[in-house]
Amino acid sequence: MTAATWGLLIAVFVACFVEMVEATTIVMAMGFTRSWRSALAGTGAAIGALAVVTTIAGYALTTWLPESALQLAIGGLLLIFGLQWLRKAILRSSGRKAIHDEDQIYRDEVEAARLAGQPATGIDMFSFMVSFKGVFLEGMEVVFIVITFGLNADNIPAACVGAAAAIIIVLIIATLARRPLSMIPENLLKYGVGLLLASFGTYWAVEGTGIFRAGRESIEWPGKDAIILALIVIWYLLSRAFVAVLRVPASPTTAPTPARAAQEV
Amino acid sequence: MKFLKSFGQFWYDFIIGDDWKIAVAVVLGLTVLLGVMKADVLGDHALAVVGGIVLVVFFAISLAIDVRPTRPKR
Repeated sequence: MTAATWGLLIAVFVACFVEMVEATTIVMAMGFTRSWRSALAGTGAAIGALAVVTTIAGYALTTWLPESALQLAIGGLLLIFGLQWLRKAILRSSGRKAIHDEDQIYRDEVEAARLAGQPATGIDMFSFMVSFKGVFLEGMEVVFIVITFGLNADNIPAACVGAAAAIIIVLIIATLARRPLSMIPENLLKYGVGLLLASFGTYWAVEGTGIFRAGRESIEWPGKDAIILALIVIWYLLSRAFVAVLRVPASPTTAPTPARAAQEV
Repeated sequence: MKFLKSFGQFWYDFIIGDDWKIAVAVVLGLTVLLGVMKADVLGDHALAVVGGIVLVVFFAISLAIDVRPTRPKR
């Protein structure tokens, strides 16, 4: 396999893994506190909706857009997503933003479920809608990453394999653990995904800017695909520099716990 | 109308997210690259490197705006 294919597999796997953990937390909260039947029905409906969106978006992108326009559009969006994840990772690592906590999210969802009153007999619409929304929103980012990475690497099957592997592994862990998946180092994984998305996004967005010149040819990077590895290293070093510059001195009340420190990068 | 508003809100949340400055930084960075490209003074490799540097600079500016000290309200 080429470096690009490995990058594709790893990026899709880790991104899908993180999004699945978040979606699973929401579905588990609804299932344990209200109705498993309704929560799973909402999950199934969201997966069906995602399949439709994937098919339509994949067809539209490959049919109507020239290559450089595709690179610019999806590179730009990947870059926005990647830099948003990287920004949060930098702010978390420097102590300026709270660490993402699945236990807290689970407690919030359980509290919301309690406030919604007793579940109705039959399909409980609260569980259904919360599960549907959670899975659909988290899934949309995965769908986007699978389509864009897959199309650019001309290897949709590899992207699907990465996503499917992540879904299966998260479901196995959730089934075995039967509690919020807070043991997963989600903040570290998000940092990694942010780096990958920012690097691939930079590569494709800059290439795609060539759509605006005569001939609509993509701008060519020195070293072609291999430059992506250099971009990952550059974004990593820059993010560490940002963390060092922005680090807030720990006060006695905000000193990181061992668990929190382990999640920091 | 309500559906259109919800539809627009969904895509805004999905693409722009909770920090609009990142999207603005990316658009501005690519616009600067477009300007340099239109000036037609650099080859492809140099253009790509300039594009990467400009994106980093705009990202750094958006972060700086994020963490700037705010004046306490009176």
